Amino acid sequence: MNTFLAEKLSLAYTSERIIDALDLEIPVGQVTALVGPNGCGKSTLLRGLARLLKPQGGSVLLDGAAIHSLPTKQLAREIGILPQSPVAPEGLAVRELVAQGRYPHQHWFQQWSAEDEQALQQALQLTKLQPLAERGVDTLSGGQRQRAWIAMTLAQETNTILLDEPTTFLDLAHQLEVLDLVHNLNQQGKTIILVLHDLNHAARCADHIVALHNGAVVAQGTPHEVIVADVVQRVFGVESHIMHNPVTGQPMCLPVRLAG
Amino acid sequence: MASSLSRPRLVQPAERANTLRLLAFPLMAGLLLLVMVASTAFGAADIEPRVVAQSVTDFDETNTSHLVIRSLRMPRAITAALVGASLAAAGAIMQGLTRNPLADSGLLGIEAGAALAVMVAVLYLGIQSLSGFALFAFVGAGVSGAVVYAIGSVGRGGPTPIKLTIAGAALGATLASLTGLLAIMHPLSYDQVRFWMAGSVAGREMELIAQAAVYIVFGLSLAILLGRQITTLSLGDDIARSLGLSVIWIKLASALAVVVLAGTSVALAGPIGFVGLVAPHAVRFFTGPDYRWVIPYAALLGAIFMVIADVVGRVILRPMELPVGLMTAAIGGPIFIYLVRAKVKR
Repeated sequence: MNTFLAEKLSLAYTSERIIDALDLEIPVGQVTALVGPNGCGKSTLLRGLARLLKPQGGSVLLDGAAIHSLPTKQLAREIGILPQSPVAPEGLAVRELVAQGRYPHQHWFQQWSAEDEQALQQALQLTKLQPLAERGVDTLSGGQRQRAWIAMTLAQETNTILLDEPTTFLDLAHQLEVLDLVHNLNQQGKTIILVLHDLNHAARCADHIVALHNGAVVAQGTPHEVIVADVVQRVFGVESHIMHNPVTGQPMCLPVRLAG
Repeated sequence: MASSLSRPRLVQPAERANTLRLLAFPLMAGLLLLVMVASTAFGAADIEPRVVAQSVTDFDETNTSHLVIRSLRMPRAITAALVGASLAAAGAIMQGLTRNPLADSGLLGIEAGAALAVMVAVLYLGIQSLSGFALFAFVGAGVSGAVVYAIGSVGRGGPTPIKLTIAGAALGATLASLTGLLAIMHPLSYDQVRFWMAGSVAGREMELIAQAAVYIVFGLSLAILLGRQITTLSLGDDIARSLGLSVIWIKLASALAVVVLAGTSVALAGPIGFVGLVAPHAVRFFTGPDYRWVIPYAALLGAIFMVIADVVGRVILRPMELPVGLMTAAIGGPIFIYLVRAKVKR
């Protein structure tokens, strides 16, 4: 993949447009975080980028081709998306869930191949789920479960992975675990786009941050460019103190009070 | 391709239950054969299994027992098995597709729709052939299924199990009362359809059964072929789509399988509830949630369950006979309550 961009993209669930004629270029090979307040359209945008939502206008272009006109199976070998808090059927083993990620690489009558098994093992290894492979997904802790779903997306072997709020509902340790996993995947050359609630998480793991408000891009750039008091106030309506994170060297946002 | 229809393939790497999954096939197929032989042996007059075997291998048309077996009891056992397999496979598909543990063509009003359509066809259009019944049953099943899905999808959270079940129960009750009204308005015809309305596998002729079998084999084949896709869909529409599944097409093909299976069952045996609910849940104990295994095994178990329910209904109040639909409801009702309590998350 060389380019991934939205061109005059409009998205809506009902007649009311949530995203209206938005232009956005996703830097290939980097981690991009979409941030913004609740209802700003960040999850909607992510769904649009992954063709889960059909555009009302404009298009999403992957190497110049509109993704909504590509065969869905072909696209599933290019882009993987993990929606917010998915639920696995009762009794489904981790291994079976991850194996589902091989769907776009298989045909109606193709046997489970050596490549499929290899991709499955690699996905389990990257997510450190090998010891839990035979466990039921519904018996795992929240963090393990999130890793199992990410492993399914990894088994898809796409160059681009989209994650919708992968850290929500996780405790501190599991949040870090997922963010570190995102970092590792990016090191292997994958382009990652994720929706995050927490600005400090975005600063920690993203190369590129896109701040959204009311369906429009308010600011985008490196963490240093986006996580500044002015942008935080315009996007979240919150006055904040921006500090220097002594560990990562990235900016750190300390919310102070609601902007009056 | 033929071999993949008769036996689910080993595509997935889950080793944990594969031996059990494979072993269960000869066991259940053998059990089905056994209960079908039992079904032909038990009745108003019991006939020895040896004579049952004889009637197949060495048919003697002057022997009354042989005649009873060939013209009454074998058709009945075959009808029960076909209907049980169809309803169970239809239930399994619906459970996977709607991610609803309570899905069943009876509970969701699909059979009531098919039954009303058949009733109209019999009373007003003078239709007598099974293929005629079946076409009406397909339309009735399709329309009522679509209406229940539409009503159940209104409001927050889309088609949740509880909303779908309530919509199905409401529409099913309405349609069944309409069917009852038609029956009262046409008392003479009602006598002919009374047993059929309560769900019965008795008195079907071989010719009729053969016609129905064509539809049912088509429906079951389609269901088994869709097993892999239905498993992926059971992860949710968004996940399935992001894995490259053509969600709309798979749902339409699955709906076609459900309509053909449930519709043919109703045309052949009247509305029979709970088989589609119970059989898939029971087989999940050893198949797990993978529909490539759930669908064929649910069909087998549904057939076994139905044949047994019919035999029991025949012998417990001898010489009176209970329609098999009452038997499946008596067994399935408590299981339904258990499932509501254990499986539906509020």
